Amino acid sequence: MLRHLGQRLLTTIPTLVGVVVVTFLLTRILPGDPAAFFAGPTADPAAVEQIRVTLGLDKSLPEQFVAYVGDLLVGDLGVALSTGQPVVAEIAARLPASAELTLFGLILSVAVAVPLGILAAVRQGSWIDHLCRLLTTAGVSLPVFFTGLLFVYVFYFLLGVAPAPLGRIDLFASPPPHVTGFYLIDSLIAGDLETFRASFAQLILPGITLALFALAPIARMTRASMLSVLSSEFIRTARASGLAPGTVIVRYAFRNAMLPVITTLGMVFSFLLGANVLVEKVFAWPGIGSFAVEALIQSDYAPVQGFVLTMAILYVLLNLLIDLLYGLIDPRMRIEG
Amino acid sequence: MKTLDTASDTTGAASSLPAAAPRQRPSGFKAGLSHLGHVAGENPVTGFAFALFALIVLTALFGPMLAPYDPLATDTAAALQPPSALHWFGTDQVGRDIFSRVLVATRLDLTIAVASVALVFVMGGLVGIAAGYYGGWTDRIVGRISDTIMAFPLFVLAMGIVAALGNTVTNIVIATAIVNFPLYQRIARAEANVRRNAGFVQAARLTGNSEARILLTQILPNIMPIMMVQMSLTMGYAILNAAGLSFIGLGVTPPTAEWGIMVAEGAAFIISGEWWIALFPGLALMIAVFCFNLVGDGLRDLIDPQRRT
Amino acid sequence: MSTLLDVKDLTVEFATRRGTVEAVRQVSLKIAKGETVGIVGESGSGKSVTSYAVMRILDRAGRIAAGTVTYGGVDLSAAGERQMREIRGREISMIFQNPRLALNPIRKVGVQLEDVLRTHALAGTDDARDKALDLLRQVRIARPEERYHAYPFELSGGMCQRIVFALALACRPQLLIADEPTTGLDVTTQKAVMDLVVDLTRERGMSTVLITHDLGLAATYCDRVVVMQKGEVVEEAASAAIFKAPAHPYTRKLMRATPRPGIGLRDLLPEAPAGTPTRPPAPAAGDVLLKVEGLVKTYPRQGGNPLARLLGRGGAAPEPFRAVDGLSLEIRRGESLGLVGESGCGKSTTSMMIMRLLDPTAGKITLGGDDIGAIPAKAFARTAHRRRVQMVFQDPTDSLNPRFTAERAIADPILRLEGGLDRDAVRARCESLATQVGLPLDLLDRFPHQLSGGQKARVGIARAIALRPDLVILDEPTAALDVSVQAVVLNLLDDLKAELGMSYLFVSHDLHVVRLLCDRVMVMRAGQVVEEGTAAAVLEDPQAAYTRELIAAIPHPPV
Repeated sequence: MLRHLGQRLLTTIPTLVGVVVVTFLLTRILPGDPAAFFAGPTADPAAVEQIRVTLGLDKSLPEQFVAYVGDLLVGDLGVALSTGQPVVAEIAARLPASAELTLFGLILSVAVAVPLGILAAVRQGSWIDHLCRLLTTAGVSLPVFFTGLLFVYVFYFLLGVAPAPLGRIDLFASPPPHVTGFYLIDSLIAGDLETFRASFAQLILPGITLALFALAPIARMTRASMLSVLSSEFIRTARASGLAPGTVIVRYAFRNAMLPVITTLGMVFSFLLGANVLVEKVFAWPGIGSFAVEALIQSDYAPVQGFVLTMAILYVLLNLLIDLLYGLIDPRMRIEG
Repeated sequence: MKTLDTASDTTGAASSLPAAAPRQRPSGFKAGLSHLGHVAGENPVTGFAFALFALIVLTALFGPMLAPYDPLATDTAAALQPPSALHWFGTDQVGRDIFSRVLVATRLDLTIAVASVALVFVMGGLVGIAAGYYGGWTDRIVGRISDTIMAFPLFVLAMGIVAALGNTVTNIVIATAIVNFPLYQRIARAEANVRRNAGFVQAARLTGNSEARILLTQILPNIMPIMMVQMSLTMGYAILNAAGLSFIGLGVTPPTAEWGIMVAEGAAFIISGEWWIALFPGLALMIAVFCFNLVGDGLRDLIDPQRRT
Repeated sequence: MSTLLDVKDLTVEFATRRGTVEAVRQVSLKIAKGETVGIVGESGSGKSVTSYAVMRILDRAGRIAAGTVTYGGVDLSAAGERQMREIRGREISMIFQNPRLALNPIRKVGVQLEDVLRTHALAGTDDARDKALDLLRQVRIARPEERYHAYPFELSGGMCQRIVFALALACRPQLLIADEPTTGLDVTTQKAVMDLVVDLTRERGMSTVLITHDLGLAATYCDRVVVMQKGEVVEEAASAAIFKAPAHPYTRKLMRATPRPGIGLRDLLPEAPAGTPTRPPAPAAGDVLLKVEGLVKTYPRQGGNPLARLLGRGGAAPEPFRAVDGLSLEIRRGESLGLVGESGCGKSTTSMMIMRLLDPTAGKITLGGDDIGAIPAKAFARTAHRRRVQMVFQDPTDSLNPRFTAERAIADPILRLEGGLDRDAVRARCESLATQVGLPLDLLDRFPHQLSGGQKARVGIARAIALRPDLVILDEPTAALDVSVQAVVLNLLDDLKAELGMSYLFVSHDLHVVRLLCDRVMVMRAGQVVEEGTAAAVLEDPQAAYTRELIAAIPHPPV
């Protein structure tokens, strides 16, 4: 198992190198003059020249790359023009908001999608199967920003049961003392149920929006892989040996069926992290996605670059986690590596 | 139950098989069409999806001619009107007719989707087939490129690419194609790879076909149907991706009529109850994506009736 | 003897897209206590479906439409699912083809045994492990404590089948249904598994139903044989009787088509008068056509620690795997040589190298005096030698491009290597080739999925002989076919050889089949030739111990 872990960590290195190279190249293929771009639309030529030297854009590409990597290693992603703060600090401050939303959405969708997919497969052709098919087809067809807006209209404007879609917590309430940065957890640690309720109320609509989006691929894959496992020969053997249906479905079919689902989770994370940007914009959620969108509108490039890099590193780490989980369930992975 | 159909053969004549396959191409095409009709007839949902697809294509072609108003003409006197007999889908904050805008936007959205899918098919499909067939270094380099793209959350990478290349529709097409590249490359690679040493490919080698020729005449035609299904399925994703980018202000710029940007414009009015500005372009987007997905599923059934149970 | 299982007028239907299909029609059979009964039939005969119906594990689309299945006084066709669960495993158990797929891939085999023991309350938490180990010992698995912790992918096919058998025996059932338990296993492994099954079931007084396509196997191991064709029982008799005096025409055909000692190629066919010599004794062999000397193919071994290798501390690379290890052979013009061995012996690698699709590591291949081994496999297609060596592939389905019609497939070598012919000339050539291999001309326009297995095999053969090659390599050309089709194809190959004066290299795992078609036989094991001689000499008086083991493992029906 340790060797599997070591090998997997080793394969992460070239991926990270690739990520760094791509984010570097993205800043160098900017149309026009990157210095002018970084300086912002209001800068005069002298200031642009100044920026060019500060950014090292007068040096050769390999030299620039070395400088870029050097900056990365000390955690320097540049400065956000809009706030004047280092990008790293800005991202670190906003990351918990995005993480809380994404994880909430993911947990919600897994909690619904996996049982739904299993039931749909076990009772193929029943109403639950049709419900599953409807949800999965609708889920992949709904633009996530559109679903979010619909929810806001129905639950906030029409029914008035949801709070205004303006951030993580009521304008008048104060956030809980910072421990993890997750308001739900921090408010529980502080024993402040009122804050917990308030932040939960804010989280629920964007969370469901994200979950609905992630639901489709998970449920679809669970159903398909459960169906294929259920018709496989070792399930026939298990049934022919008289094992109880519960045992067959849970211990034999479910664990095997989960393997492709876990692989799909990687793809789901990719979707979620992307959809996160859109949902944050709809709900004015103060996460790194809306930060990046703000910066994009102001042509403030350093935060965007920092955002893309952060998301990629996060995603690489999540994939690593998924692979390790896979290795835990499947003995074949441990041996073959 | 595959075994049920296996015809017994001792004399060489099989009587229980379906009618002989058509010999010339035109009749083959006709048979394909009748098969399409059969599938559509058997599965009404698929038939509906193909009809809807035709409707979307027609709207894209003739939408601008059918639109009752100029999609760009503002009329502040008629701003923010709810749907009425005059303005079927209502008007937006500067009084433009939303119905006309939704209709006209079809062409742009469909063009973006078709162009990006065609681009990624050429790039990813061909590169993937070559990688799967030749293996070795070609495969490793192509695989590494895909891995690197896949290391990014795809929408985030698309954001980065459009931001870097500049805010144009062409760049949306390019970005959408790039983020879809790994998918196409991997499918094409896997399909080419399993066939690389298939009996019929070995047989083609024995009969003096060059490797390039085998790739084009033996491998490619067998992979095409799978790629076609994939193209139809990613059309939906391509439209969503493009609309998402314009929703956050990338690519298409106002006042151009495009579904994503129209939803973005309507977003501000949702909290105050003017639902129609965002709803109709959003619905159009949803229906288009839904339709492409259904067509993709239908095509899958069409090319591989045996896989259905 | 009292009846244990009584199947009466069983009809099983499957709902398909083209409507309802009756897979089993009015089947009746009785299994007495302690009896071993074989159900024999070719693909599509309904033999497996019958057993699934008895166990009530038909898949969703299938259902018992009529008839009763009585086991120990209980009608299983009407029993509830709960009752069936008590019966499955506890009363009737089953083993399947492809043992590796029959085990849960991510659960330790010992734990899988415990699951079954506990389900039927034959073991508690404290003694489950001991009982599982005991079962492993009973099915003769060496080092059971170690194997208890193994996952199926770590065990060989034969070993997996023993585990599946142990699962089936776990609850001491009265009846064992074995569905093609040894198909896909090597013949020596087949013998070991079958001997074990027969020993243990006899010992316990169990009844056994052996479902197989192999009449010889059934007759060797069973008391009684039931022959099924197209969903119906056509004959039922004692094993010895069925071989001596088959009553039904289908049984006669099936029996005749089964390769067995002391018969000729023509004896396989239904019409041929028995006893006529198959063909004139091997013609005075011509000059040497193919000469292979010291052929070697090695592959680097997988594994090692990549981390250590990356850091330069991997040590010496592991010894490469020698798939073919110094093989030499000769084939004369008009001669056919059989290359026999079990899976992994290197026979297919050898044929791929002679075929010039794979480059040897060392050794020399000369064809009619030309050193074709020196030409790289990649460049070989462009040489004039390409048309001289052709091949008939193992799987007729896999070897035809699904998008090519039969005519296009046969025409491919003509178009590529001959060229300069117009459409009509190519069509005419294809038609004459089709006639030569007995393929009806109207089938030339069909695609592979519209052809039967035998027809596809004929297309493959027509393609291989289209350019009149000097040497044709036959790579298990009948392994995927039913025996009756195999009989026809083997005869066709023999006729074509005589007609066109080609030489054959026949690669196969089946000594009996090889003997029928070949003048000389070479037996391979672990990349080397262990014995070589005329077909008759090798079969009747084997010198190498391994050859003797191979021959002994072939089922010997009581003739």
